[in-house]
Amino acid sequence: MRAFAALAAWGLLVSASPPIPVDDALITGDALPASLGEFHLLAGPYGQKPNAGVTPYRLNTPLFSDYAEKFRYYYVPPGKKIGWRDDGVLDFPVGSVLIKSFGYPPDMRVPAKGLRIVETRLLVRRASGWIALPYVWNADGSDAVLRRAGMRIDVNWTHLDGKPRAISYAIPNVNQCKGCHDDGAGGISPIGPKARNLNRDGQLEAALRAGRLDRLPAEIPRLPVWDEPGSASVALRARAYLEVNCAHCHNPKGPANTSGLWLNWEQGPGPNLGIYKRPTAAGRGSGNDEFAIDPGHPERSIMLYRMQSLDPGIAMPELGRASVHQEGVALLSQWIAAMPMQPANQP
Amino acid sequence: MKPIPFFVAASLLAFVQPALADTIRVEPGADAQSRLQSALIDAKPGDIVEIAAGRYDLTDGLSLDVDRVTVKGAGPAATILSFKGQKGAGEGLLVTADDVVLQGFAVEDSRGDGIKSKAANRIVYHDLRVEWTGGPKASNGAYGVYPVESSDVLIDKVTVKGASDAGIYVGQSKNIIVRNSLAMFNVAGIEIENCYGADVYQNVATHNAGGILVFDLPNLPQKGGHSVRIFSNRSERNDTPNFAPKGNIVAGVPNGTGVIIMANRDVHVFNNILGENGSTNIFIVGYRNSFTDTGYNPLPANVVIGGNMHGRAGYAPGPQFEGGAEMLAAMGSVPPIVWDGTGSNIRVTDKVPTLSLGLTDPKARATSANPAVVDLSQGAEPAQLAPIVLPQSMEAAIR
Repeated sequence: MRAFAALAAWGLLVSASPPIPVDDALITGDALPASLGEFHLLAGPYGQKPNAGVTPYRLNTPLFSDYAEKFRYYYVPPGKKIGWRDDGVLDFPVGSVLIKSFGYPPDMRVPAKGLRIVETRLLVRRASGWIALPYVWNADGSDAVLRRAGMRIDVNWTHLDGKPRAISYAIPNVNQCKGCHDDGAGGISPIGPKARNLNRDGQLEAALRAGRLDRLPAEIPRLPVWDEPGSASVALRARAYLEVNCAHCHNPKGPANTSGLWLNWEQGPGPNLGIYKRPTAAGRGSGNDEFAIDPGHPERSIMLYRMQSLDPGIAMPELGRASVHQEGVALLSQWIAAMPMQPANQP
Repeated sequence: MKPIPFFVAASLLAFVQPALADTIRVEPGADAQSRLQSALIDAKPGDIVEIAAGRYDLTDGLSLDVDRVTVKGAGPAATILSFKGQKGAGEGLLVTADDVVLQGFAVEDSRGDGIKSKAANRIVYHDLRVEWTGGPKASNGAYGVYPVESSDVLIDKVTVKGASDAGIYVGQSKNIIVRNSLAMFNVAGIEIENCYGADVYQNVATHNAGGILVFDLPNLPQKGGHSVRIFSNRSERNDTPNFAPKGNIVAGVPNGTGVIIMANRDVHVFNNILGENGSTNIFIVGYRNSFTDTGYNPLPANVVIGGNMHGRAGYAPGPQFEGGAEMLAAMGSVPPIVWDGTGSNIRVTDKVPTLSLGLTDPKARATSANPAVVDLSQGAEPAQLAPIVLPQSMEAAIR
């Protein structure tokens, strides 16, 4: 693909000129930069080359985003450190940026070939709190433009099964960013970079060594890898999947708290986890079923019905899903099928 | 893949201007989604987002997260936000900010709920229409207007048609007024659920399955609903067969019910006009499903019924009304007021027969019922509930 040749050419060019450092003043200022390039966080076509101080990271269990390939980076300003937290998201200092690029290769069986980045989302930590900035890449990958109102882009690829896929990919508007990143107190907060989800590949230890993390306890919690059977039991991997894909809304303080369905990692078993829980405001999302989770019966559990729908009035999660995550559905089906029935709680 | 056009976000200029209250006007036409959503994002506290008359074909849900913004159309017949082509989001319009006023527009055919507001205190819904234009269908969205988890809610002059759950639904909120509104062809016309303090008056609920519902459900952050007054409404001719998807609590609402009170306390129903409801005009019940929530009370208490005008009722009990057919056969019609027999302090002074099913447990089936016409008019006159008073700013916003 053309992008490769361009990448090589660009690489020669940038190696010849001194790198421009990340613009810390822009990060901590009041402006909403119209283009991503102004930050100097990423370089190269489609921002595939992180600047000095911008560190890639991976998560044990990531959010499903319509099979997009995702590239995550964090930036912490010089002289500052991330504060350790056992629970919740690590404490990123003012001036930090979390960066996530979303892209698709033409053929997912060959993911490295011809990848095209669609958008890059920033979460920027200012003194007043986090702000979300969605940037959409232009056609030649030279820069990305701020689109606070979001937009839709037609995306197509050859899927892992060799079949063509086409979706209307939704770039969220800033309110929708908050819809997931709601901190429960009127502001927004990162979701992914919790210690337990970052604990892989020696990432946390490396951050400590590089002076970007203030400390690391002896025992570091670890979230299972949802699709690695060796990492934990089906039940724990299912809970990890729910924690990452659902709990940002479905927790006692989140945007979906009024449903009474709370799927966060800490939630104990019972109706609030969905077990024999009747719908509150699901409407036709109930699919004529009685319970969010009907133990032993994935085929009549509302949770799975909603995960397998693409209708906006039914589909869960509500945002950022124009495809059914078949592998996620399979995992949760396996979990619910094996769940012991509790006759005492049945109607 | 299509090339991505290069946009220059002109709206960003708004951020360098001084913070003066402003009117942001949006006209119909191409790219309405982006222009309307941009206006809702760029609005500053105190601003008015004015949506000109016309039809807006939207592809995604809209949302507002700025306090003290008024979203104003040219009237519910003139400014139409159509979500027929909606591809994403669980509702047509979502409000998550305080002191917002919504008035003078219509939301049509949203895939999920029509207008939802969550944790949006002092919200005003005024002169609005939410409608599923294909008539009552199970594939319609659940709620028409849906304020939840809010303090001080005013719903005035709102019309909702075709909701597959409740037309006007207020959930887990405090201090609420619903008035001068019209709910028709919904499963439930107006529903107050898990709320503390609501006045519902001068509304018309007709051609729904159930007209006006006051419910309380377990396992939710706010429960123990209480202090609700239902007065001076017309809940008549609720004759649409219940079309709610099973599993939802309203799927159990019998076709043709005027008012249902379930598991609430201190509910006063007075001076309403009720009639042509095939199951019954007023139905007082406990919560019938099993539950494990130890903090939940499934029984009705301190329910006061008086001064209502009753037309014909109970002539065609819905299939959801367990035992209804037997009552019809035995008595010629189901009495206009039916109580399952559970709970405490149920007082009825309407001059029509009240039937008690004589149950002691709301979960018991009607086959174990011991139905009898009862006199619940005895005892001392209960104290009146205080009227709901909303902050003056809310009433002023619609004057």
